Amino acid sequence: MIHFVLLISRQGKVRLTKWYSPYTQKERTKVIRELSGMILSRGPKLCNFLEWRGLKVVYKRYASLYFCMCVDTDDNELETLEIIHHFVEILDRYFGNVCELDLIFNFHKAYYILDEVLIAGELQETSKKSVARVIAAQDTLIEHAKEQSSSLSNIIAQATK
Amino acid sequence: MALSGMRGLSTFISDVRNCQNKEAERSRVDKELANIRTRFKNDKGLTVYEKKKYVWKMLYIYMLGYDMDFGHMETVSLISAPKYPEKQVGYIVTSCLLNENHDFLKLVINTVRNDIIGNNETFQCLALTMVGNIGGRDFSESLASDVQKILLSNSCRPIVRKKAALCLLRLYRKNPDAVNVDGWSERMVHLLDERDIGVLTAVMSLLVSLVAKSQDAYWSCVPKCVRILERLTRGQDIPQEYTYYGIPSPWLQVKTMRVLQYFPAIEDPNIRKSLFETLQRILLGTDVVKNVNKNNASHAVLFEALALVMHLNAEKEMLSQCVALLGKFIAVREPNIRYLGLENMTRMLLVVDVQDIIKKHQAQIITSLKDPDISIRRRSLDLLYGMCDVTNAKEIVEELLQYLTKADFGIREELALKAAILSESFATDLDWYVDVILQLIEKAGDFVSDDIWYRVVQFVTNDEHLQVYAAAKALDYLDKPAVHETMVKLAGYLLGEYSHLLARRPGCTPKDIFDVIYDKFAVVSIGTKALLLSAFVKILLHSQPQDPDLRERVLEIFKRYECSVDAEVQQRCIEYLTLCAKGPSMVDIMAEMPKFPVRQSALLKKAGDAERDVAEESATKLRVQQQNSTALVVVEPQSNGAGPPILTPSAAPVQKKQASPSDLPPSAHPAALPVGNGHTEVSAVTAEDVSVPSLPEDPVTEPTPPPEPAPAPSGANLLADLLAPLAIEAPPGYAAPDSIVDSSQDPGPSAGTSGLAPMQSSGPADALALALYDGPSTKVQPIGSVEDWFNALVIKDSGILYEDPFVQIGIKSDWRGIQGRLVLFLGNKHNASLTNVRAVVLPPPHLRFKSSPVPDTIPPRAQVQCPFDVFCLRASRETAVLEFSYNNGNIPVSAQLKLPVLINKFLQPVTVSANDFVARWRALAGPPLKLQEVVRNVRPMPLIEMANLFNSLHIGVATGLDPNENNIVSATTFYSESAQATLCLIRVETDPSDRTQLRLTVGSQDLTTTYELMEYIKQQLIDTPPPTMVSPNVPTTIPTNSELTGPAALLNGLI
Repeated sequence: MIHFVLLISRQGKVRLTKWYSPYTQKERTKVIRELSGMILSRGPKLCNFLEWRGLKVVYKRYASLYFCMCVDTDDNELETLEIIHHFVEILDRYFGNVCELDLIFNFHKAYYILDEVLIAGELQETSKKSVARVIAAQDTLIEHAKEQSSSLSNIIAQATK
Repeated sequence: MALSGMRGLSTFISDVRNCQNKEAERSRVDKELANIRTRFKNDKGLTVYEKKKYVWKMLYIYMLGYDMDFGHMETVSLISAPKYPEKQVGYIVTSCLLNENHDFLKLVINTVRNDIIGNNETFQCLALTMVGNIGGRDFSESLASDVQKILLSNSCRPIVRKKAALCLLRLYRKNPDAVNVDGWSERMVHLLDERDIGVLTAVMSLLVSLVAKSQDAYWSCVPKCVRILERLTRGQDIPQEYTYYGIPSPWLQVKTMRVLQYFPAIEDPNIRKSLFETLQRILLGTDVVKNVNKNNASHAVLFEALALVMHLNAEKEMLSQCVALLGKFIAVREPNIRYLGLENMTRMLLVVDVQDIIKKHQAQIITSLKDPDISIRRRSLDLLYGMCDVTNAKEIVEELLQYLTKADFGIREELALKAAILSESFATDLDWYVDVILQLIEKAGDFVSDDIWYRVVQFVTNDEHLQVYAAAKALDYLDKPAVHETMVKLAGYLLGEYSHLLARRPGCTPKDIFDVIYDKFAVVSIGTKALLLSAFVKILLHSQPQDPDLRERVLEIFKRYECSVDAEVQQRCIEYLTLCAKGPSMVDIMAEMPKFPVRQSALLKKAGDAERDVAEESATKLRVQQQNSTALVVVEPQSNGAGPPILTPSAAPVQKKQASPSDLPPSAHPAALPVGNGHTEVSAVTAEDVSVPSLPEDPVTEPTPPPEPAPAPSGANLLADLLAPLAIEAPPGYAAPDSIVDSSQDPGPSAGTSGLAPMQSSGPADALALALYDGPSTKVQPIGSVEDWFNALVIKDSGILYEDPFVQIGIKSDWRGIQGRLVLFLGNKHNASLTNVRAVVLPPPHLRFKSSPVPDTIPPRAQVQCPFDVFCLRASRETAVLEFSYNNGNIPVSAQLKLPVLINKFLQPVTVSANDFVARWRALAGPPLKLQEVVRNVRPMPLIEMANLFNSLHIGVATGLDPNENNIVSATTFYSESAQATLCLIRVETDPSDRTQLRLTVGSQDLTTTYELMEYIKQQLIDTPPPTMVSPNVPTTIPTNSELTGPAALLNGLI
């Protein structure tokens, strides 16, 4: 299973973290510090796997961002590597040519999307189309709610409360 | 988009990004946190929109790495909001900020449940996702059945059901009872018919987890899985959106093959054939293509297929094909494939016998040891370690030594340890072994742990031919400038012991040797100084006649350090001065160390400890555990019996169970055992009574944890408690008749021949002995006697098995016929979680255990239950051992506990009429079906007490059958799989004038049962029951796990 997902920028800034195994706050900070040090210092032509504390980190760099997933040593590394790519493709499709900035200002979106790709540290959906449909539906729901709340009747109701 | 409306949040993010430095960022964040805090305090004025905004800000701040010690309640409360946008934020942020052990989660279980069982699909999805991501045991207990319903429902849409499948997977991991439903495996079969690939992928993940824990229940899924795999590889009926770079869902293919790995023996020839055809297609049909992602995906499938082939007991030809493929991979440029090639070769070695084919690639593997990528170097090291045997050991170790000087620090310790193990295991001559270790210390002294040089001492001590060579070599190395301290220790020790053997060589007079050692004396640590002091006194006393000049110099050193601040050094100096003054009569005290009993290498254990267990047992691990351990085979036991056995560790990660009892002679036991029993008092007494140095058990205080004297006795204590009888029965010849130091004081083997055991010896010996079974893990001691608890449980069905300051293990058992159900109650008494909890039963051959997994973590003050089912196959007095360990914070604690599953648990008293009894009694003619023996040294007890004992042992008492009131007769049924229900008749004739003896007769239709029951009853009646041992007339008939033969015996063997 995937124990956690990390998105780290080249400067070592964390852009997204998701923990599927119970790590305490302290452990999380430590893991991030330790791993970003190790991963950022690795050269470009090395393999995408890093053995770490009895687990294995599969990572891949996309422009200025490192996408890392930590799995058990016996898990299939290439499969994990392609889960990363699958996630990136979905982000790319959603944002249209995704860049780090998109993920900074819309970090919550990245979390929504990740939740549609992974649950319990396992791959949930392998169809990009299916994920895109779900996210679009969520967006509509939120838009809809917003429209409702900003509708005239609602404003009047608020004002007269 | 939601954020576009949240201007405040965007502004905040921009502000933070514009901060020039960390301080500015911090002050901006602090300002925001203060703001949020005040806003949350005056909760009334807060609109849902604002609440949502602040919660998002919190998550952002949290992601930046700032502690978030408030606002959790506000976040969690959003889950209860009626509208989707708020609810969504609540669910998502909660699952990011909190982990499964957070108390606030308990507050929302009900809300979450309502969302799950409600009819709003979007709410269902949100709730299932959160529970799937951070749901803990509480959720598992209250939600599992609801989640099951959704997964099985016909009316729920795929989008909900796939989430339910993974949610259930999480709940199952937290608590296996989550799918403890009758007929669940049939439902899984049914679920595999799912047409929606998304749902099927999720279901397959669930199935992987399920089969990892209990394969037997899911055999019926195998044909379906094979069919799914076939369909996928042929690309039949796969919607376009589920192909990935033209490959039909590679992930589902991988998962399906993962499931199949747990079923090595597929019997149905059609299914087997179809599976092999599919695999063959994958193996041959995967080409290297330009597109990276397509390449990765197809190779992900290929590597999984390779793994599956290894597990399927494929024909040698197919395996060779696989190795050839891997051989190609380890030579390609693409680093990922190179890495995976090496990794899979190592796995292959563990599972199937392909060593010879892999050896052909040795040169390429050695090249990989120099790869620029540490990940690849690690794999290569592992593989070399795994493939090493007597034929290639020299070459491989030579490479490792060469690489050692260039290797990066991260890998050096492992490298040094592995080189040491290999040289020890596969040495064809021991000179070479000594050379390797000396080189190892010279090249990487910092990374050579004490265990490694202790081991050299053990070998050298045990092999007379080696002593001269080792001493000469040690002298050479010590004579160099800038010598590592570990080298000083080893060389100092060896020269102290054996330098007199060199006396005839030029430049090797005692004085020369003294000079060489003394040269380093000034610069070494105090612990090493203490060791060298002993070397000095030995050199002096071994040289006859004594060189007056040398004597003067040595005594001068002793006098100088007589006032050392270090108590150890001071004590040694004073004692040695006195000894020297006593003259030649004391020379014997400084005699050479006697031989060590042959022990398993502590190094192997150390290497094995590096392995970390994972949530799900991989198929490989299971296989390795099930396999007959080929790991440690004594290839060539030395004729004198004292030499080191040549061991072949062909499987690195299985060391825990490797020690075959055969290479641990019984003499090894008493040497280590007395440590536990009042060891400290003994040494104190000796110190006063005898006017010779009393030597603390480990005066050479070593920096590494294992030899620390403090934890040692406690570890020994626990085990000594468990195995107390052994300590009493020391084999003859072990207690030295005229030893000056009480033999029980010195835990080393030295008590046998020489009088005073020089302390360094006990250093290595002790450390080695202890390292075998404790390590640093025994600082936590049980509060009470493990043995007493065990004894109580023998006659009761529930009670305490073990308790220490942090954990209590209770046991409850229920026995029916050949079957028993044990429930372990693991209670965390502590205010923090206990992690890494592990409870593994090592069953003796006559018992079959079906265990359920133990949760990895026990939350504070919580109790978890682990049920085990036990089946009795036949009668035996061996006991099952529970290996229990956990981490309290960073401190690992472990204990090996005997489980009270004894012969008596499978007995059930029966009432028979007097006539019937007599008829049956007569029918049993005599030995071996009916055995009689006069038992002496019986614990004196009134007849009524003995009757009570028999009743509580389920033997029962049949009153009124025997006319003599001093006799007890009983009839009881013993249930086992091999003999089914065996009626056992027992008669005890006591002697009212002498309660310490009685005549015992036991009879049954099964000779093993008779014998075992007889012995068992004797054990219960006699004051000091003999140690449980494998009885000679019970053949071990289960070859598949013969390495487990008698874990209790193994446990005995280890100490």
